[in-house]
Amino acid sequence: MTTASAERFALRLHKVSKAFGGVQALNKVDFEVRAGEVHCLAGENGCGKSTLIKVVTGVHRPESADLIELFGQRIDRITPVQARELGVSVIWQDLALFPHMSVAENIAFDDLVGLRPKSVRYGEMTTRAGKVLERLGVRMELGAPLHSLPIAQRQVVAIARALMNDAKLIFMDEPTASLTQSETDRLLDIVRKLSAQGVAIVFVSHRLAEVLEIAERVTVVRDGNLVGVYPTEGMTQARLGELMTGHHIENDVSARDLPDAPVAFQARGLSRHGEFHDVDLTIKAGEVVGLTGLIGAGRTELAHVMMGMRRADSGDMQLNGAPYRPKSVRAAIEQGMAYVSEDRLSLGLLQKQSIADNTVISVLRKLTSVTGLISESRKADLVRHWIKELGVKIGAPEDPISTLSGGNQQKVVLAKWLATDPKLLILDSPTVGVDVGARAGIFRIVRQLADEGLAILLISDEVTEVMHNSDRILHMADGRIQQEYDPRTISVPQLEERIYA
Amino acid sequence: MRDLMKSYTIEVRLAVVLALICVGLSIAAPQFATLPNATSLLNNSAVNLIWAVGLLVVLIAGGIDISFAVASSVVQYVAAKMLMAVGGGNWVLGFLFCGSLGILLGLLNAWLIHGFRIISIVVTIATFNAFFGLLMFFSGGRNIYNLPDWWTARIFIFEHENAQGVWSELTLSVAVMIGCVVATWALIRRTNIGRQLYAFGDNPEGARRAGVNIAVMQGVAFGWMGLMAGIAGLCQVNIVKEVVPNALYGRELDVLAAVVLGGARLGGGKGTILGCVLGVMFVAITQNGLNLLGVSPFAFQMIIGAAILIAISTSNIDLSQVLRKKEVRS
Repeated sequence: MTTASAERFALRLHKVSKAFGGVQALNKVDFEVRAGEVHCLAGENGCGKSTLIKVVTGVHRPESADLIELFGQRIDRITPVQARELGVSVIWQDLALFPHMSVAENIAFDDLVGLRPKSVRYGEMTTRAGKVLERLGVRMELGAPLHSLPIAQRQVVAIARALMNDAKLIFMDEPTASLTQSETDRLLDIVRKLSAQGVAIVFVSHRLAEVLEIAERVTVVRDGNLVGVYPTEGMTQARLGELMTGHHIENDVSARDLPDAPVAFQARGLSRHGEFHDVDLTIKAGEVVGLTGLIGAGRTELAHVMMGMRRADSGDMQLNGAPYRPKSVRAAIEQGMAYVSEDRLSLGLLQKQSIADNTVISVLRKLTSVTGLISESRKADLVRHWIKELGVKIGAPEDPISTLSGGNQQKVVLAKWLATDPKLLILDSPTVGVDVGARAGIFRIVRQLADEGLAILLISDEVTEVMHNSDRILHMADGRIQQEYDPRTISVPQLEERIYA
Repeated sequence: MRDLMKSYTIEVRLAVVLALICVGLSIAAPQFATLPNATSLLNNSAVNLIWAVGLLVVLIAGGIDISFAVASSVVQYVAAKMLMAVGGGNWVLGFLFCGSLGILLGLLNAWLIHGFRIISIVVTIATFNAFFGLLMFFSGGRNIYNLPDWWTARIFIFEHENAQGVWSELTLSVAVMIGCVVATWALIRRTNIGRQLYAFGDNPEGARRAGVNIAVMQGVAFGWMGLMAGIAGLCQVNIVKEVVPNALYGRELDVLAAVVLGGARLGGGKGTILGCVLGVMFVAITQNGLNLLGVSPFAFQMIIGAAILIAISTSNIDLSQVLRKKEVRS
């Protein structure tokens, strides 16, 4: 290869194909990343993004490829070791770090790998780890065990670890999925800094706003085929979503007025010390109220009080006109409350159990037959009903829930709650880790539920999400509802400015 | 200092409690804080400590071993038979033989766990039964008194006679134990192999992706446990001067409890030599103290059990957080 391309490209793949069984995961895909570029790899779940990353890192061997070139060096067959030595690094979503080890040891861990016995020099390890963090412009207690850090900082540790191996091309798989907006901003700053230092970054994210903000170019893949490579300048979220899914996505404000609808839920002067103060909240039947604001604003804490997980210090709540003072979560559910929590993977679903069991877990008592045991036929009926109703794509109801994609898992969580026949549904960050197409599907369901008369409180970090899917938007900050907005009279940038000001 | 408190919370707490117990016992039982008592405590704890550091390595790597105590018995029995067959042997041969046989038994566990992807508790309960069954079958449950002279000879590394003519002695087993403790510390703390063991126990998938050789890690962990079991078997014979096939049966759970008490995590990835030693000594000293106080031996088990429960259930409470909360409130 010519030296010109050696300088310009960190990675070049031409016509790479890979099939698993009968499924063509990648079909003659081209993918190029320039040195020092921030590049986004976009596509829905299962489109071939992960396969592409695994080909570059040598985990999968492609069936055919016209060219694989890393940093100007043509390679016939990549092995994982070779990829790492050349400077390719992947930060998977689960980070693959060691919670009980210190920050320094996590950063320097790859030096310790191998079977030739070596002695460990902690002092040197700490110095080197500190230098890498300095390069990122981050300060951290190097001796602290990793599990004592918030997820955002662990993400930084994972990046530092990649840099420790002299990474020149870093793939980041959904790095911001569990971060708040301000944490995301800080991470994006680090990504920019690395890019300025000549490190190429391939960003995989479902949050299109962030993709457009950080990346220079975006490569879109759909069903294993390359759709195209586009500059992000001039690209809109809607257009990118269309390229990824191949469909036109409704992304308009859907707010309506509901002058005659009865009030489903009302809170007056609700306070809990140190969490939120004097909150007034009214949600009508059939209304979707968006609640947005920065993390720590008290949104989730408010939801917890509404669900009976904690008690309010003062103020009162009404549900369907009757006083509502839940003593426990069970009491709240019985009175018609439902809560889709923000941490779906650990709190919302029993990952190892079947789709069917997850769907009926909240209504087991309704399924008992005269013997007091669970009626299998009633259970099967209920599961079939909700899978059809919400359009969950599954193999069999007996399959473990972990076999489903993020979007379909979230639908099962919804089904589980809808089976309790709720009056008010609280959705806390319902689309974390859910891709564009599935998001649209979930919000279509949400809108349909509202049309059927369900009151919905939609809590989200993402301004566009509340803009497009709520009838009214409440902005919460420092434990207080600051202001109410009508999505029809404010734009996304205006709202963002108010929130992040 | 605060860092030290943070990373060694359990160890610091255990040391404080142990110190309090020692002070209390010195006042309540005059014989407690004497040189003869201290040396006999060490002599009696040597075998448990050797096992404990071996088990610590297995726990750090995310496994568990139930079979090590009966493995020691198997090693003793086979060694006694083989060494007598080759004319008696000597210490060097004894260490080599017991060590390698122990390693073999440990590797058998590792192979079953890794090769067939069976969890370690199931494998080692099975090998525990298999080892013990085979041993009882071949030995017929009979003790062996006919042992080489070197093996049963009393060797002291420290001797002292006090004014009343009472001797304090430290046996060879204590020296061996100290060697095992130091070697294990060096392995897990100072070598890259040891750090990979921690990583493997902490996050197996993360370790695998980082290129840690999982099969070798299982081999190192259970092989080290086996080596310690072999050495412990050798030392125990030197102390009791006979081979009793069922003498060690049941000791494994006491050791396991002591190691967990010392802060090793059953899920893997966490545990220190200091904590492990403190855990074993905590149990030994409590037992010794109760004995000196004239408490019925039947009460030992109950009190030790209660102490372990209290220690483990309170070890999850983060003292620094409790303190911080108080600060905020005040």
